Amino acid sequence: MSCAEAFQAYALRSIGIGERLLPRSDITLCEQVVLIGSGMIWNIYFGLLALSFGFVFAVTLAVAKASPRWPVRKPAEWFIFLFRGSPLFIQFFMAYETFVMLPRLGVEFELFGVMIEAETRWLARAWLGALIVLFCNTSAYAAEIFYGALRSVPKGDLEAADAYGLSGWKKFRRITFPTTMRLAWPAYTNEAIFLFHATALVFFSSFPAFQQRGDALYYANYFADRTFNPFIPYPIVAVYFVLLTLCIIWLFGAINTRLNRHLPSDQRRKLRIRPQVIR
Amino acid sequence: MFAFCTDPDTLSTLRWFSCYLTNGAHMLFYQSFLVVFALLAVTAPLSLAFGFGAATASRSPVAPLRWIGQGYTSMVRGVPDIVFFLFFVLVLDQGIEYLRHVIVCPEWDEPIYQGANFLVCQDARTPQGNAPQWVHEVYGFALAVFTYAIVFGAFCGNVLFGAMRAVPRAQLETAEAYGMTRAQVFRRVLVPQMWIYALPGLSNIWMILIKATPLLFLLGIEDIVYWARELGGSRTSAFQYPHPDWRFWYFLGLLVFYLAFTRVSEIVLARLTARLSHGQATAAGEALRKAAA
Repeated sequence: MSCAEAFQAYALRSIGIGERLLPRSDITLCEQVVLIGSGMIWNIYFGLLALSFGFVFAVTLAVAKASPRWPVRKPAEWFIFLFRGSPLFIQFFMAYETFVMLPRLGVEFELFGVMIEAETRWLARAWLGALIVLFCNTSAYAAEIFYGALRSVPKGDLEAADAYGLSGWKKFRRITFPTTMRLAWPAYTNEAIFLFHATALVFFSSFPAFQQRGDALYYANYFADRTFNPFIPYPIVAVYFVLLTLCIIWLFGAINTRLNRHLPSDQRRKLRIRPQVIR
Repeated sequence: MFAFCTDPDTLSTLRWFSCYLTNGAHMLFYQSFLVVFALLAVTAPLSLAFGFGAATASRSPVAPLRWIGQGYTSMVRGVPDIVFFLFFVLVLDQGIEYLRHVIVCPEWDEPIYQGANFLVCQDARTPQGNAPQWVHEVYGFALAVFTYAIVFGAFCGNVLFGAMRAVPRAQLETAEAYGMTRAQVFRRVLVPQMWIYALPGLSNIWMILIKATPLLFLLGIEDIVYWARELGGSRTSAFQYPHPDWRFWYFLGLLVFYLAFTRVSEIVLARLTARLSHGQATAAGEALRKAAA
């Protein structure tokens, strides 16, 4: 199979378009590169959606955790503790078992009709179930980062806001929130990188890959099992992830520059990238 | 386990759970928690040693040594560590077999990679095909420990390198002024003082290491995740008593175990930080000094 044919057959294989059967024998380098690249679609899908939904929720959680009222603070603290204190791997398992159990319980609640039943079935699929877990996980980690930043907003900024007669939502929107973001952004960049790395776990934990539509690592593992040669597929995944990481760093760096655009260019804080391990 | 378990009447009572939870398969499940602790107990010092070596090499005046150290510590950046886990275990396994193959059977003339097969001669199989079961298990565990140590050693190396640079320059210069050699400065001043700067990073890595232990399951070790799946599932090889799918409850147990473990670690590490801050030239050390005075 030539490279062009491999591209045609497998470029969109991970979302179910193209050749049904995965390559079995005489696996070429092209097939590996194309199919693993096609798996990256899932990694990007999970990372992008979890990150964008998670951002909003994380800010809410951080504000709730900083609240002086305990009925608001306690749930946020517990949520953050639950998702930061346990391995993501176990969270995936738990979530999958819960979601699989749901329709069985749902039989008793048939009153709700077709809509509910259909939804509970989707939860056991990776595209929704794993997304929810990743969303909760990144929200908890990002909320802790934002909470730390929220607490280190300079006192002078807030006093100045009071002096200008800003209060409530306006003060938060104009003063607290932008400063929080500026302080939290370098750490949040790392969190984004972790999250994209964490997406590699989705099909390795209990979410089954429906019709062999998996992510990059799923296909790499498939090839490593087939050819019994780990030296080709895993470095391909590594290269894809390094490229993805570089894109994230570039994007977040651009946002960081924009956040600090009021500062003279030599005073802007540069992003220090310190990617860490999976959680 | 208990005498009343032999009585069939207990089946319908709540007491039956105390029998169910103490049967043989469950005892193996509880033992597998020891596997997790054993992994942590072996991996933590080993990766610290790897990290220390890498950090020292990164500071070395000899350029090739420095490149090795820096190359190793920057290896894990940008790539998910699960890729490394899956990669290294296979590479180590094949590497060991290949080396033994070259040594044990020099007269072997067939290629080792035959299409989809990796073939070495019978004597080079590691462990030997007729070895008892425990040898296979220990070998698998050792491979897993080594893989963890390589990956986490790179992270420790990063942290320790930063900590060595964070020790105030004046401290080292004072030591040099007293006439200490390079090695003496390193041993007597730099290493004792760097720990307080390394501790936040190291405690972070410790937390990540705890949370990475379920990945053992992916390396084929019979760890807590394996047993939770086996015992909780309704049709598995550890099938002893027919019950509905209880995996949810088993994983809930694991979740609580990990939450408790990370919480205890947090508390212990906070105490350790306070202890190590005594008499250090840091803000925390200064605060301790003022509180005592």
